[in-house]
Amino acid sequence: MKKTGAQILLESLKLEGVDILFGYPGGAVLDIYNELFDFPIKHILVRHEQAAVHAADGYARATGRAGACLVTSGPGATNTVTGIATAYMDSIPVVIFSGQVPSALIGNDAFQEADIVGITRPCTKHNYLVKDVTQLARIIKEAFYIATTGRPGPVLVDIPKDILQAQADFHYPEKVKMRSYNPNYEGHHGQVAKAVKLIMKAEKPVVYAGGGVVLSNAAEELTEFSRLLNIPTTTTLMGLGGFPEDDDLALGMLGMHGTYRANMAVTHCDLLIAVGARFDDRVTGKLEHFAAGAKIIHIDIDPTSISKNVKVDVPIVGDVRDVLQKLIKSVAEEDIENFKKTLAPWNKEAAEWKATYPLAYKQKKGVIKPQYVVEKISELAGDDAIISTEVGQNQMWTAQYYKFKKPRTFLTSGGLGTMGYGFPAAIGAQAAYPDRLVIDIAGDGSIQMNIQELATVMQYRLPVKIAILNNHFLGMVRQWQELFYDKRYSSTCMQVQPDFVKLAEAYGAKGLRAKKHEDVEKVIKEAFATEGPVLMEFIVDQEEDVYPMVPAGKSISEMLLV
Amino acid sequence: MRHTISVLVENEFGVLSRISGLFSGRGFNIESLSVAETIDPETSRMTIVTRGNEQIIEQIKKQLNKLINVIKVVDHAMEQSVERELILVKVNAESEMRAEILRVVDIFRARVIDLTPKSYTIEMTGDEGKVTALVEMLRPMGIKEIARTGKIAMGRGAKGL
Repeated sequence: MKKTGAQILLESLKLEGVDILFGYPGGAVLDIYNELFDFPIKHILVRHEQAAVHAADGYARATGRAGACLVTSGPGATNTVTGIATAYMDSIPVVIFSGQVPSALIGNDAFQEADIVGITRPCTKHNYLVKDVTQLARIIKEAFYIATTGRPGPVLVDIPKDILQAQADFHYPEKVKMRSYNPNYEGHHGQVAKAVKLIMKAEKPVVYAGGGVVLSNAAEELTEFSRLLNIPTTTTLMGLGGFPEDDDLALGMLGMHGTYRANMAVTHCDLLIAVGARFDDRVTGKLEHFAAGAKIIHIDIDPTSISKNVKVDVPIVGDVRDVLQKLIKSVAEEDIENFKKTLAPWNKEAAEWKATYPLAYKQKKGVIKPQYVVEKISELAGDDAIISTEVGQNQMWTAQYYKFKKPRTFLTSGGLGTMGYGFPAAIGAQAAYPDRLVIDIAGDGSIQMNIQELATVMQYRLPVKIAILNNHFLGMVRQWQELFYDKRYSSTCMQVQPDFVKLAEAYGAKGLRAKKHEDVEKVIKEAFATEGPVLMEFIVDQEEDVYPMVPAGKSISEMLLV
Repeated sequence: MRHTISVLVENEFGVLSRISGLFSGRGFNIESLSVAETIDPETSRMTIVTRGNEQIIEQIKKQLNKLINVIKVVDHAMEQSVERELILVKVNAESEMRAEILRVVDIFRARVIDLTPKSYTIEMTGDEGKVTALVEMLRPMGIKEIARTGKIAMGRGAKGL
């Protein structure tokens, strides 16, 4: 039986297992929305297309399955660009469907026309303009396959209106056959053997784990590997949740706002085992001094990540999980007890670093410290809670003070650093897990970048909790101005702000405010006990800074500690 | 160091801009790029001449391989290969110079493919050195216009790409 392009799209999504579509209608996608009206896929109407992509991204990070979203042509499509770039930088599988003007009008500057395939080429893993309805099903199959395999990433499919209306026989391909795309998952045995040799010779090894651990569902393997050999383990921002923060071997996050012990351990190690991490500049600081005396083993599924910034000694291209399993197996045949004995002084040194400069802040009487709010949320939320953040101080304090224990419980824009990400991402995670506690830890600046989504959570009864750490500043930028620009707070003070509590109430949500240290716990408890969406506003110490901090361009051992 | 890289790609819409966008977006340079369909109408072959240290060339090759539409990448600097370029030159050819230009054409085994009382258009293929030498020989006569294809390359021996 023949189906229209719009029907083919929805049938294909169903076969791909898509249960929720985040989107926003418009002229070019009317045919899809007409079919969606009584189609068994849930549609969540966001209030801005950027939020649709972030929500699909949050859904993907929380579930491990591809997120999907649908927008119209022109401005609908261009509004997705920040969301797409965010997903691209963090390797998140999202498939974006955009409507396009009818094929005959493409290139004519038609109403609501934008060359979205051209615009998103550098920030998608791949993208398509569908030119023939008979190719639509194959393209959708490929789009999901490309988004979710190898190093994951966003894929955009642009569909002109006439293609949505044209008819074709519908056969959804069972398999993808692409001669130019065959990601390799298997780590090479020879390389693994070389790595094992290096590991067994090391006296001061460190595991440096990134987002790849979470993406490849290798948290268990990573934990097993580190514990098997007693190797201190640090995670990047994207790797948080990939290793339990309460483990004795956990060094916490490394890098610009990393812990003292993590940065010292990496600086002094003799072997760095990079697992699904990419030596980002916020992690390495001054490159020449990063793990300068160490041999480096680098495990990554993406060959371009290897030896891009730092030359490595043993590269292993492959799925992090597969490689870790192989390493665990090979290492088990070595003399582990002796190895652990050799490591004892190193483990002791790491413990000493932890004791010398633990993460700390000075509590002032009555004043709410933002770190305290994060600690309290961490204490009260439970291990299954999903935390998203915006970008800036709120993000760093969360990374430092929240004790992540499970993978896929932390959603944050690490690579692109997108303010406005956290709230819609929380929406995506909450839509996937209606019964779990989902919290967006936000700043007063970032939350205003997608605050309109309060309407979305109300409409779909998504009980997302928002915790605004309100310092009336764009705090991280202000911190840089304080430290490096003579305290000239140029345009970082939010002199006019809405009454956030009233704003929440205007949308029909609950608003709570804490002004004093003593109120923090009560507000959090009340928010968690409330069924629907709650916006919490914490009036925090205005000029609190994130420490430790490595000034840009310095080596990561040169930390400002207070 | 200079490298000549052949890239076999799916002959799809936008593939050229994916490649050129990769180079511009990552700050790699392209000295020349030539592209045309292969014997299989579903694939095209590009020859890219680029420059960079070992690490950059390594990144270029990896990044090219990462593009979904790229089937194969071969770096000709690493193997024996033949390289050729085609040039068209339109040169002033007034009466007293015509014989001299023809001698140059003859020596270079080039051909005159269009002529007027005042000009010759010359076609020649060769490696880069030969093409450059021809241009230098003709420069004193007054070159009106040149068009070069950029290099194309192929590995020596019986093995295909």
